[in-house]
Amino acid sequence: MELELRGITKAFPGVLANDNVSLTARSGQVLALIGENGAGKSTLMNILSGIYRPDSGEIVLDGKVQKFHDPGEAIKAGIGMVHQHFMLVPVFTVAENVVLGVEPTFFGNILNAKKANKEVQEISQKYGLAVDPKAKIEDLAVGLQQRVEIIKVLLRGAKVLVFDEPTAVLTPQEVIEFFGIVAELKSRGATIIFITHKLKEAIAIADSITVLRGGKVVGHADPKTTTQEELAAMMVGRPIDLTVNKAPAQPGAPVLTMSSVTMTDDMGRALLDDINLEVRAGEIVGVAGIQGNGQTELIEAITGLLPLAKGQIKLKDMDITGSKPRQIHRDGVAHVPEDRNEMGMIGSFTVAENLVLDSYYSQPYSHGVRLQRGAIDEGARILVKDYDVRPPHIENMASALSGGNAQKMIVAREFSRDVPLVLCAQPTRGIDVGSIEYIHEQIVRKRDEGVAILVVSTELDEIFALSDRIVVMFDGKIVATLNTSETDPTQVGLYMAGKNS
Amino acid sequence: MSDHSSEFQQAPMESYLSKEAKSNTLSKSKVRRAKILGVIMLFLSAVVMFVLAPASAGIATFGLSFSDDKFQLEALAIPSTAALYVLAMVLAFLGGTQFLKGFQRKSTLILGISFVVFVISIMIWATAGQEFSLISMLVSTIARTTPIALGALSGILCERSGVVNIGIEGMLLGGAFTGVVMGSLLGGWIGLIAATITGGILALLLAFLSINYRVDQIIIGVVINLLVLGLTSFLTAQILVGRPEWNDAPIFPAIKIPILGDIPIIGPMFFDQTVIVYAMFGLVALTTFMLFRTRWGLRTRSVGENPKAADSLGISVSKTRYLAVVYGGMVGGFAGAWFTLGTVGRFDEGMTGGAGFIGLAAMIFGGWNPIGALGAALIFGFSDSLSQKLALVNTSIPTEFLSMTPYLVTIVVVAGLVGRARPPAADGQPFEKQ
Repeated sequence: MELELRGITKAFPGVLANDNVSLTARSGQVLALIGENGAGKSTLMNILSGIYRPDSGEIVLDGKVQKFHDPGEAIKAGIGMVHQHFMLVPVFTVAENVVLGVEPTFFGNILNAKKANKEVQEISQKYGLAVDPKAKIEDLAVGLQQRVEIIKVLLRGAKVLVFDEPTAVLTPQEVIEFFGIVAELKSRGATIIFITHKLKEAIAIADSITVLRGGKVVGHADPKTTTQEELAAMMVGRPIDLTVNKAPAQPGAPVLTMSSVTMTDDMGRALLDDINLEVRAGEIVGVAGIQGNGQTELIEAITGLLPLAKGQIKLKDMDITGSKPRQIHRDGVAHVPEDRNEMGMIGSFTVAENLVLDSYYSQPYSHGVRLQRGAIDEGARILVKDYDVRPPHIENMASALSGGNAQKMIVAREFSRDVPLVLCAQPTRGIDVGSIEYIHEQIVRKRDEGVAILVVSTELDEIFALSDRIVVMFDGKIVATLNTSETDPTQVGLYMAGKNS
Repeated sequence: MSDHSSEFQQAPMESYLSKEAKSNTLSKSKVRRAKILGVIMLFLSAVVMFVLAPASAGIATFGLSFSDDKFQLEALAIPSTAALYVLAMVLAFLGGTQFLKGFQRKSTLILGISFVVFVISIMIWATAGQEFSLISMLVSTIARTTPIALGALSGILCERSGVVNIGIEGMLLGGAFTGVVMGSLLGGWIGLIAATITGGILALLLAFLSINYRVDQIIIGVVINLLVLGLTSFLTAQILVGRPEWNDAPIFPAIKIPILGDIPIIGPMFFDQTVIVYAMFGLVALTTFMLFRTRWGLRTRSVGENPKAADSLGISVSKTRYLAVVYGGMVGGFAGAWFTLGTVGRFDEGMTGGAGFIGLAAMIFGGWNPIGALGAALIFGFSDSLSQKLALVNTSIPTEFLSMTPYLVTIVVVAGLVGRARPPAADGQPFEKQ
C-alpha cells in the first residue's frame, strides 16, 4: 500500500507543529523519518493514526484521499501504529492484549479465548514473531512486548506500519532481532515508516530517509550514499561533530576505589558481585553493558542509595562505605542520574528550584530556615546561561523543558560543583543531537579540569566516544577492563553478551 | 507473591558469597515479621490457657438446628475446660513452630487458622455452662454479609474501570431511604427497583463529575456520602416523622428452597434467605463472569488498567467508564434496600452504619475480585454476627467491647494482608484524550 502525505499542516497554540509536510512511503520499503525532539515527528504520526486532525493537507492511501476522525478509522484503513511507549495492559495476557477491541466472541459478548489464542498463533507463525499467547505481558521482556504490539497491528490488517522510536528501549540483541522482523515485514509487502533519531539505524535499515526540522521537511537522503554527519547537519541545521574531540587522558591519583563491592537483593541474589574498580583524576571510565546487568546498582552503591553486602568504597583517601547519600554528596560526588524525570528533577518545580535541589539548605541559598529567593534566582540565571538551557526562563516549570534541555539543567546543577568525582548514568538517553554534542563536550571539559568521571551508558557509540578506559558489566560482575585504544565495539559487544572471548 | 517465600530456606548459595553476605540475605525484616507472628500466636495460646480455661466450667452447648427444622441435629455439647486446654495446646504448637521455623508461604494461612481457633475458644468460654444457638449466628452471618458484599461489588465495578468510588456508603443509604418510601407506598418490589435506580443516579453524578470534569474522585465520593446523609436525615425529620405510613414498608420474607433448604446447617444458611441475599450471590457470580469472561469485562478492565491503550484501539474510555460506574451504583443502591426492605422495614437516620466503608475494605482484601470480596465480606459478617449473638449470652465481656470485634478483625486482616493486593493500574486517574 502506498501512503502519501500532501501538504499536512497542523498548528497548536503558539507552535506550528507541522508546516506543509509532504512525503511518500511505498509498499515493500522502509521510510525513515528523522528529526530532533520537537521537529514535528510525533504530531505527524498522531495525524496519520487519527489521533489529531490536520488543519490542512491530505492523507492519501493508494490514490484515495482519507479522512480519519478517530484511531479506529485509521486502523480500519490499514495504518498500524507501534508506539514508543507500548500501549499494552500489563496484567492481561498476550492474546487478550492483541484482540482487545476486535475480540472473537460467542453470542456477540462471551470471549472466545481459544480462538483469540489461535489468531495470535497464526500471525506469529506467519511472520516469525514467536510469542506465547497465554503469557502475561508484565512477565515478558521489552523485545517480546514489542512483538505483541506488532502482532496487534498485523491482526487488524495493517498494511502501513509506523514504528515510533522502536529501538529506544531495546537491547543490542533485540535491535538485531527487530531488524530481522522489519526485513520480514518488508518482504511481505508492508509499507514501513520508521521514526528515529538514531542516525546509524536509519542508514542501516531504510530505503529512503526524510528529515524534519521545525515542523518542515528539510530534505531527503539516500541511505546508500549519505553519512551520519550529513544527516545530523540536516536535522540540526548546522554542521555537527559526532566524534568527540579530546586529547589523550592524563590520569592522576585514584579518586574512586571500589574493592570487593558486593550487593544482594532480598532473595540473596548478587546484584553486584565482587566489583573492583578504580577511577583516576582526569580520566573518563565508561561502563558498558546491556541494561540491567548491575550498572544502576553500581551507581547507587557509590552514591549511598543502596546498602552494600560487603566491600569498601573510597573517595580519595576517605572511606565512604555506608555513609548517607547527602554525606557522600557533600564529600564530593556529583551524580547525573539515569532517569532524569524520576531522579534528576522535580517536574512541577521551577528551573531555578531544580538547580538548587542539592544545595537549597546551605549558604547562600538559605539563611536559617528561610530560602533566599534572590540568591537562588541569581545563581540559576548564571547556570542557565552557562549551560545553554533553552528557553532560559528560570521561573518555568522544569516539566516544560524538552528532554535535552532538562538534561542540560541537571548537568548544570551537577557539573557546576567543584567535586573530585562525577557519575553520569545514561547522560544522553533520549535527547537530541545538539544536546548530546553539548553534554559530551562538557564531560570532556570536566575531565580536563582533572575530575574523575564514570560514565554508564548502554550506547556503545557513546562509550567509545567518551571513554579513556572501558569496563564491561555482565550479570553484576565486571567481566572486562579495556583501554579504549586497544579494543573495538565487536569485542566489547561480545563481553556485553557474556561471551568471554 | 513472593514476600514470604524462602525466608528461612537455605537456598543454594553461590560459592562466592561469604558468610556475612549470607546472613544478610535472609532479609531481616521478613525474619522479624515471622517472629512477630509466632509471638502473637503464643500470646493467644497463653490467653486461652491462663485466662479463658481457668475461668470456664461446665458444658458449652451449641445449637445446630432450629426447632422447626425437618432434620434435627443433636446440639454440640463440649466440656469447656478440657476443650480450651486442647485448643491452647494447638495454638502453642502453631505459634512455637512459627517462631522457631516459620511456615514460609503458609504463614498467613496459619495465622488465619490461629485466629479461627482463638475465636472458637472465646465462643466455648463464653458459652460454658450455657446454650448458644450456633445455627442462628451462622444464618445471621450470611444476612449481615449481604450489604457488605454488595457494597464491595459496587466498588469493584467502578474501580475496575478506573473510577474510585468511596461514595458506596451514600449509595447504600440513598437506596435504603427510597427503598422504604417507595416500598411503603407501592410495595416491596417497586421499593427494590427504586433503591436500585437511586444508586444509579448517584453513580451518574460520580461518573459525570469524574469523567467529564475530572473532579477529584475522592472528593466526589465524600460529597455523595455527606449529601445523602444530610438529605435523608432532613427528609426523615420533615416528612417521615409526620407520615409514619411512608416509613413502614413490607419486609421480604425468607424463601425456603425445597429439598436444599432442609439440609442441616447449610439449608438454613444458604437456602432459606430473602430475595436480596439470593440476589447477592447471583450478582457476585454474574459479575465475576461478566468481568472475566465477556468482551464487556475485558474492555472495562483494560480501561481501568491502561486507558490510553484502550483508546488507541478505538474503545471509548468514557462510555466504558460510564457503564461500569452506573452499574456499580445500581448494585450499591440495591444493597441499600437490604437495610430496610430486607430486615426492619423502616428507615432510621444513618442506619447503614459504615457498611459501605467496610464494603470498601472487603473490596481491597478481596483483591478487587468479586469472589475474594465475598470471602472478605463473610469475615466481617461473621464477626458482626458473633458479637451480636455473644451479647445475648451471659458473658463477662462488656457489650461495648463485643461490638468492637468487627473493627478489631478489620485491623488484624489488614495487618495480615497489607501490600498484597494490587489495585487496577489506572484506578482513580482521570483520562484525558489528547
